[in-house]
Amino acid sequence: MPELTNKDRMKIPRHHMPEQAPEVRIHNFNEVNLGYTIELAREEAERCLRCKKPVCIEGCPVAVKIPDFIKLVAEGKFKEAAEILKEDNALPAICGRVCPQEDQCEKVCVVAKKGEPVAIGHLERFVADWERMNIGYRLPEMRPKTGKKVAIVGGGPAGLSCAKDLIIMGHDVTVFEALHEIGGVLIYGIPEFRLPKEIVRAEVDYLRMLGVEFVTNYVIGLTETIDELLQRYDAVFIGVGAGLPYFLNIPGENLLGIYSANEFLTRVNLMRAFEFPKADTPIMNLQGKDVAVFGGGNTAMDAVRTALRLGAKNAMIIYRRTEAEMPARIEEIKHAKEEGVKFIFLSAPLEFIGDDDGWVRAVKIQKMQLGEPDSSGRRKPIPIEGAIETIPIDAAVIAIGNGSNPIISKTTPDLKVNKWGNIIVDPETMKTSKKGVFAGGDIVTGGATVILAMGAGRKAAKAIDEYLKNPEVW
Amino acid sequence: MNKIVEARFLAPDIKLFRIEAPKIAEKRKPGQFVVVRVEELGERIPLTIADSNLEEGTVTIIVQGVGKTTKHLNLLEAGDFIHDIVGPLGKPSEIENYGVAVSIGGGVGTAIAYPTAKALKEAGNYVIGIIGGRSKEFVILEDEMRRICDELYPTTDDGSYGFHGFVTHKLQKLLDEGRKIDFVLAIGPIPMMKAVADVTRPYGIKTVVSLNPIMVDATGMCGGCRVTVDNKIYFACVDGPEFDAHKVDFDNLMKRNRMYLEHEKKSLEEFICRIDLMAKKLEKQNA
Repeated sequence: MPELTNKDRMKIPRHHMPEQAPEVRIHNFNEVNLGYTIELAREEAERCLRCKKPVCIEGCPVAVKIPDFIKLVAEGKFKEAAEILKEDNALPAICGRVCPQEDQCEKVCVVAKKGEPVAIGHLERFVADWERMNIGYRLPEMRPKTGKKVAIVGGGPAGLSCAKDLIIMGHDVTVFEALHEIGGVLIYGIPEFRLPKEIVRAEVDYLRMLGVEFVTNYVIGLTETIDELLQRYDAVFIGVGAGLPYFLNIPGENLLGIYSANEFLTRVNLMRAFEFPKADTPIMNLQGKDVAVFGGGNTAMDAVRTALRLGAKNAMIIYRRTEAEMPARIEEIKHAKEEGVKFIFLSAPLEFIGDDDGWVRAVKIQKMQLGEPDSSGRRKPIPIEGAIETIPIDAAVIAIGNGSNPIISKTTPDLKVNKWGNIIVDPETMKTSKKGVFAGGDIVTGGATVILAMGAGRKAAKAIDEYLKNPEVW
Repeated sequence: MNKIVEARFLAPDIKLFRIEAPKIAEKRKPGQFVVVRVEELGERIPLTIADSNLEEGTVTIIVQGVGKTTKHLNLLEAGDFIHDIVGPLGKPSEIENYGVAVSIGGGVGTAIAYPTAKALKEAGNYVIGIIGGRSKEFVILEDEMRRICDELYPTTDDGSYGFHGFVTHKLQKLLDEGRKIDFVLAIGPIPMMKAVADVTRPYGIKTVVSLNPIMVDATGMCGGCRVTVDNKIYFACVDGPEFDAHKVDFDNLMKRNRMYLEHEKKSLEEFICRIDLMAKKLEKQNA
């Protein structure tokens, strides 16, 4: 094929992701997106202009060499593309599925100036899946063993990406996880239909193949403290996430049928309640029920779409601002709408109303209007006086974010945290107030994204490597 | 996977297990619990640590077979393995020298009261134990409690052993006799704990109960175990499991614990079917 000009490339329309039809997928937990075929991937890759100054790389929190891997996809060199991708990204099959590309690499893509951006995320996913399904994982070039040992606290995205970089750098790495399965939010939070657990397990197996050790059922802070870890390890990275759900703090919140998003999703994802009674852990029967999910982020979308798949007749998002302010990814909102999720905007819950047996039966809503922008830059919702409605519901899921879990900070008094309990770090090195201890991900930033946590994990790995060479100067 | 080194029934359907878990044995304090999973697709259930042995690195749990998971657990024997065990979780009991401390255990609750009663004794308290059961065979850990208590009163609902009546009746009797009581720890079925709180409330005696709501992760992540105490929401797994009995909303807890009653019934039925099927297969093979 003759070399395409930039003009030719700009003419190719973006290739959309093949997906399960909405009316089919709401009855199963299989992945919604089906992935590019080889032809689709190669054609999409031709859309990349191979910019001299690739701004997309700057848009990526882990700085994947995007034009390089895409060029290799266009040439059909998928194995080489996977190698390039993995130099910077420990978990590409996961990031290709859950990253908010529209706010990162694809947002700054030059092609987007005159049309739709190159589908970088879809291509990343394609390359990672192709590698896993066709040739399997191979060992990258590893640095000689240093004899240094690093403990990683938390088996989620921050910890896994930190572990991968450190093991390649030649250090011994052990990941400690409180739950019985590795993956953190990738396992308990993000549903099967968006991120199949088989993929998370495969990526974890890859790290195991590199030599990372995993210890499950081990709660740092309780089973062993950070100080005790420091006697056995040369450095510690804390990536425990933001695992303490916020509630609305309104009357009736302890009624039956009201879940935090964490509980609702953990029951279904980690504990596989959708397979009850094959799996022991139940979730309440939602067949034909009215379910309200409070919040406007990705977790809210995950919860409401999960409720639909569990048979809810009426799955609603109740959000106090409007669609424009919703923090969820565009794709998630689009998928939710296609599946029949109802969106009730400018509505803030006031009170849950229950029946005699203690089950939730309705929620009282205060209607809102948008006022001036607040500190987050989003327009602030203001109550409309007297505009109160009652919506009948059988179940509710609270998805308004997470605070920081206090187990580690309480048992590590010299680890400095801010007033929200987030660990304070040097943003360049991710080092904490405690010597030899680094931290990153949601426990530092508060609830954010998988890729930002991974970026923090990588940054910390680099700093830990430096620290281990010469701990005295740190 | 953790090995069971000892398994024996203390009462019908109530079984004691000593399980190899050296880290937990080393760390645990009275009042704390573990979360156990029996098999791959099993649920996570919280069980209070009754005792530990540092030399052999074991923890003791005492399990009453009620639902699928506990009944499955109670089929296990020494030499079998527990799929997962994690801990120690929750806040330890607040142990002080209160003066005269009454430790009340109802049924399997005695297993939970025992470690705290022991710690109260070691802290210098005069410890009175009241341990109840439906009938004589359901009164557990009598010898262990007798060793650490200055006075011990077994009670039975049917009068087949010890004091005839509920544990609350015995407590009320002690109060009526004018006994000075400075602290009460009550662990057992929710109605029992509620009744103890009602007995001590007029006397203003500090009373602590250990709550056992439904949990999933038990590290503060899911909020499923939230309880209402003093009109505020607390997570029993990280803020508890022990709370001021006079401030706990027991009715809410009782309702919340009934949330999955239908599912629990179904799960147990399925499990019994599974076992029946296995037994039939075995019979066929042996025939």
